[in-house]
Amino acid sequence: MQAVKYVRAASVDEASRLLQEGGEGARVLAGGTDVIVQARERTREIDLFVDIKQIAETMSIAYDAADGLSIGAAAPCHEIYGNETVRELYPSLVDSTSLIGGTAIQGRASLGGNLCNSSPAADGIPTLIVLEATVEIAGPNGRRSVAVEDFCTAPGRNVLESGEFVVSLKFPTPAAGSGARFLRFIPRNEMDIAVTNAATQVRIENGSVSWARVSIGAVAPIPLLVADAAAALVGQPLSDETIAAAAAASRAAASPIDDMRGSIRQRRHLAGVLTERTIRQAAERAAA
Amino acid sequence: MTTQTSHIVVNTTINGEPTVFLANERDSLLEALRDRIGLTGAKEGCNNGNCGACCVNLDGRIVNSCLVMAAEVEGSEVRTVEGLADGDQLSPLQNAFLEEAALQCGICTPGFLVAAEALLEQNPDPSEHEIRYWLAGNLCRCTGYDKIIRAVQLAAGQGQD
Amino acid sequence: MVTAQSEVASQYNVIGTRPIRHDGVDKVTGAAQYGADLQLPGMLYGRVLRSPHAHARIVSIDTSKAAALEGVKSVITNADFPRASDDVIDTGEGSAQLNWLLDNVIASDKALYKGHAIAAVAAVDHHIAEDAIELIEVEYELLPPVLDVRDAMLDTAPKLHDGLKTGEMDGSKSDGDSNTASHLRFAKGDMEAGFADADVVIEREFVTSMAHQGYIEPHNGTAYWRADGTLDVWTSTQGSFVVRDSVAPLVQLSPSQVKVTPMEIGGGFGGKIPVYLEPLAAILSRNTGRPVQLTMNREEVLLATGPTSGTYMRVKMGAKRDGTLTAGEVYLAFEAGAYPGSPVGAGAMCALAPYDIPNQVIDGYDVVVNKPKTAAYRAPGAPQAEFATEAVINELAEQLQIDPLELRLQNAAVEGASRADGFTYGVIGNVECMQAAQDSSHWNSELAGPNQGRGVAQGFWFNIGFESSAYAQVNGDGTVPLVLGSTDIGGTRASIAMQLAETLGISAEEVRPHVVDTNSVGYTQVTGGSRTTFAGGWAAYECAMDIRRQMAERAAQIWEVDAAEVEYGDDAVIRGPADDEGNERSFGFKELAGQLAASGGHIVGRADVNKTSSGPAFATHIVDVEVDPDTGKVDVLRYTAVQDAGTAIHPAYVEGQMQGGAAQGIGMALNEEYYYDESGDLKNASLLDYRMPTALDLPMIEPIIVEVPNPGHPYGVRGVGEVPIIPPAPAIQAAIADAVGLRMNELPISPRAILEATLPEEG
Repeated sequence: MQAVKYVRAASVDEASRLLQEGGEGARVLAGGTDVIVQARERTREIDLFVDIKQIAETMSIAYDAADGLSIGAAAPCHEIYGNETVRELYPSLVDSTSLIGGTAIQGRASLGGNLCNSSPAADGIPTLIVLEATVEIAGPNGRRSVAVEDFCTAPGRNVLESGEFVVSLKFPTPAAGSGARFLRFIPRNEMDIAVTNAATQVRIENGSVSWARVSIGAVAPIPLLVADAAAALVGQPLSDETIAAAAAASRAAASPIDDMRGSIRQRRHLAGVLTERTIRQAAERAAA
Repeated sequence: MTTQTSHIVVNTTINGEPTVFLANERDSLLEALRDRIGLTGAKEGCNNGNCGACCVNLDGRIVNSCLVMAAEVEGSEVRTVEGLADGDQLSPLQNAFLEEAALQCGICTPGFLVAAEALLEQNPDPSEHEIRYWLAGNLCRCTGYDKIIRAVQLAAGQGQD
Repeated sequence: MVTAQSEVASQYNVIGTRPIRHDGVDKVTGAAQYGADLQLPGMLYGRVLRSPHAHARIVSIDTSKAAALEGVKSVITNADFPRASDDVIDTGEGSAQLNWLLDNVIASDKALYKGHAIAAVAAVDHHIAEDAIELIEVEYELLPPVLDVRDAMLDTAPKLHDGLKTGEMDGSKSDGDSNTASHLRFAKGDMEAGFADADVVIEREFVTSMAHQGYIEPHNGTAYWRADGTLDVWTSTQGSFVVRDSVAPLVQLSPSQVKVTPMEIGGGFGGKIPVYLEPLAAILSRNTGRPVQLTMNREEVLLATGPTSGTYMRVKMGAKRDGTLTAGEVYLAFEAGAYPGSPVGAGAMCALAPYDIPNQVIDGYDVVVNKPKTAAYRAPGAPQAEFATEAVINELAEQLQIDPLELRLQNAAVEGASRADGFTYGVIGNVECMQAAQDSSHWNSELAGPNQGRGVAQGFWFNIGFESSAYAQVNGDGTVPLVLGSTDIGGTRASIAMQLAETLGISAEEVRPHVVDTNSVGYTQVTGGSRTTFAGGWAAYECAMDIRRQMAERAAQIWEVDAAEVEYGDDAVIRGPADDEGNERSFGFKELAGQLAASGGHIVGRADVNKTSSGPAFATHIVDVEVDPDTGKVDVLRYTAVQDAGTAIHPAYVEGQMQGGAAQGIGMALNEEYYYDESGDLKNASLLDYRMPTALDLPMIEPIIVEVPNPGHPYGVRGVGEVPIIPPAPAIQAAIADAVGLRMNELPISPRAILEATLPEEG
């Protein structure tokens, strides 16, 4: 472990101030399941942990029909998938949060952390993208919001500026007739980083897809919103042909690398397979 | 390089006992438990959250204690394998592990016990799949998991036939 | 669990029952002390600097900045060790040449694999030790790495070791330097005639990746070098005497100056026989006068301990149309890692061992590459060799349209059959395992859906005997503390104590087994080779017989009769001749135990055995899988493991060995691999990316214990630990072929490998 100091922030403003004063080496400590490993293995220079879990806003999960769902950036996965509203209205968030790590990881890991770690293979981000989440950011210059698909900029990098951190994630209330699904492919059945993952949200009105979003991960430097895949679906009834076209769009959008977790061909192929599967299963949820 | 290691005082409750300990600010909860407090039941298997050998219960949830900073447990309640038995009375789960021969080398056993106990607290009648899913973050290399699953089923009152 | 006693066990009182293991309570309460749990007054914490390069000459090492860091007490390199000889020491499941052993512990002139130890520090806490490592400056001259066994065997390959020649079995050596350290050949019959007799000949190539034992406890070693020149070592090891005999010559002490205390051990599977940290801790302790503890982290375990060999293999087999195997030709090239000593010899002897094939040639090559020095891993060498041969057997069965178990039964080795290496079998359970598999509900069930398939495979492993000791005293209350040198990796305190209890006629609970240090018990070979319940149990039997003799003598003395007239019955009643009034005279065990102190003193039984025999083990595994053709994922749906245990002493722990071995074999078959980039960097050195099966990846593994007692053991024990890792890979390979028609001849058969084999060129 690097020589890291630890401090608890009592408020959003204090956290922002501590992060700004701490500079490059200061990191937010939420669930810690990524940053503690990075500090220990010295893969990232960290000399200050700012623990934000004492701040109510970063830990809360709240919903109302008008404003939608708000999930505090540090709320652990188990509280997200254990939340009745989330289970009822946002089952794709359950898909993601119950796949991140094992049970003990889910006791700590947060969606905010998953987002800020900005891994191309993050199992939370494609779901956030198809759910049209916005990222609520606090910093020295106040608050701002960013669409989640614009948040990551490169592996491990994102739009946060010095002193900024993610306070919460906001989700619109799903429209009637919509359904979303997240899937990932891993070689084992648990405890792996996604070789490829995908999420889809579709809205089906009068037998036809009126709106769709498809996102794929681990096939590019950042999780991708695949507009062409959605376009292949929208305006038509869901069919084997439209689904195949969407899958082809995902394969075309993918620009994966070869590494120990997967090959280029494998990932590109899986982007199509998972796109197809998430579309079908999202449609089932839409119909339910 | 900064190597000055500052120490911190942490107030916590461990296995029901109010406990104050001095830790290096760089210590994980696992290191604090083992090196500062002398509770060596939680084991280091991977030190990055992939094996579950260091599993402890933190405020009612299981966590990998290697992925918790010692400083974070200020004001918290921690339960370790050493807290499972009531004096010399083993818990039903501990007895089930012995009866089912659910351990070979025993290094993963503390983590499995802490994790399985938390499962049974929230789901007293888990299916085989639910047990396997819950325990997927705890690696065992000796048993092939069979006897561990059966022990949890036995403790849950399912396994007796 | 209520389990009926087996037919074999029904003749015994203790053997075949399932008592709670003696060390169980400590292991479910966290009280058991593993190596890293040890804390000694004034103890320092060590850390090792490791090479970032796979092959490099070490030009210079500057430790001055590290040594100057506050809290650092010593920094050492290879230069701090005395020069080691090229003597070879016995390490139980192998051997070690001392200079290579030292170079592997800490590199001298070259770093030979990524993770090779370069320097070590001791500091007042482990954070400072870690910081200090970062301050050591090493200048390397990079050399081209040799990473694949086939490349390494080329004449043009860069050589790892100056002066390494290829040794032949006749003692001759190659002229030039080579990465092939040795070549061996076992042969019998006439290959030309054998293949001429065949109606079908199949020849295939196989490749397997290095794979790690994956024990959950990282290596550790604690040493305290006293001012009087005696050295105490505490470590989690499979063999405390091997540690003593490895460390002593490396630090130039005599074995009598070194005491090794085995701590509880968190898994080993063969990988915790070699020393890595103990010699470093010893020198760091000598330099500081304080106890020093070193532990590895997981990355170090994967990078720098001893996985099993990656291999390239070729198998050619011929059979007549009726299924008679006529010839088998096997070529095995095994990666030894950085120093010679792969398990290719054992692999060669196992390759065709389950079958009686008249004409055989088996060639084996031991080849050094820029990867960690391999160590024993559960039936070392056999999982690879038998993967190749069993796969060809299964393919022959398919081509001949003969049931794969029938084909095996038709050609099975039985008593009197001999292998190409010359060994002739005694009583073995090879056929009995195959028959039990045929009779199993699994084999007689139907597969349930599309893309599902079933596979079967056989496995053979030798098992070994050698030295074990057992000392036991009789307490006044009739309990019997038993002192053992075998470290208990999976219930051997219980299995040895049960054999002592059986022999004495007392209960398992009345025996109190203890694992002690190297000064407190006779020489005991490693817990490995499936030998501990076999040889340890034999020692316990003889120890108990020694007690029986002394108890009978004591009774004779009390009764004032000739000892020859007193008999110690298997019911633990000591009977003498009737007294003058014609009354029967007898003592119960406890009754006599209570009189020992007053009648001449306590009794200690002891036995030190050295058994060169063993009981060969066979296993038959059946597996059902389902393949997802879209993703290449293989799910194991159902698994049955049949195995001849000889006599199952503690059936629950026999089952545990069968299930655990099967699980490791499944891991090796499907996902576990050492994934190197072209520079020799191991890219998956974590338990996240070195993918061992989780609880969610396996079904229940149904054990079927076959008991063909070993006539070469007082209780018929064979040894059970190793053979179950052998059949899973070929069985799974066959099941995948059955499911989707794809024969994968490389391990692991990962989803990636399946997709790469099935996707059209541009997916």
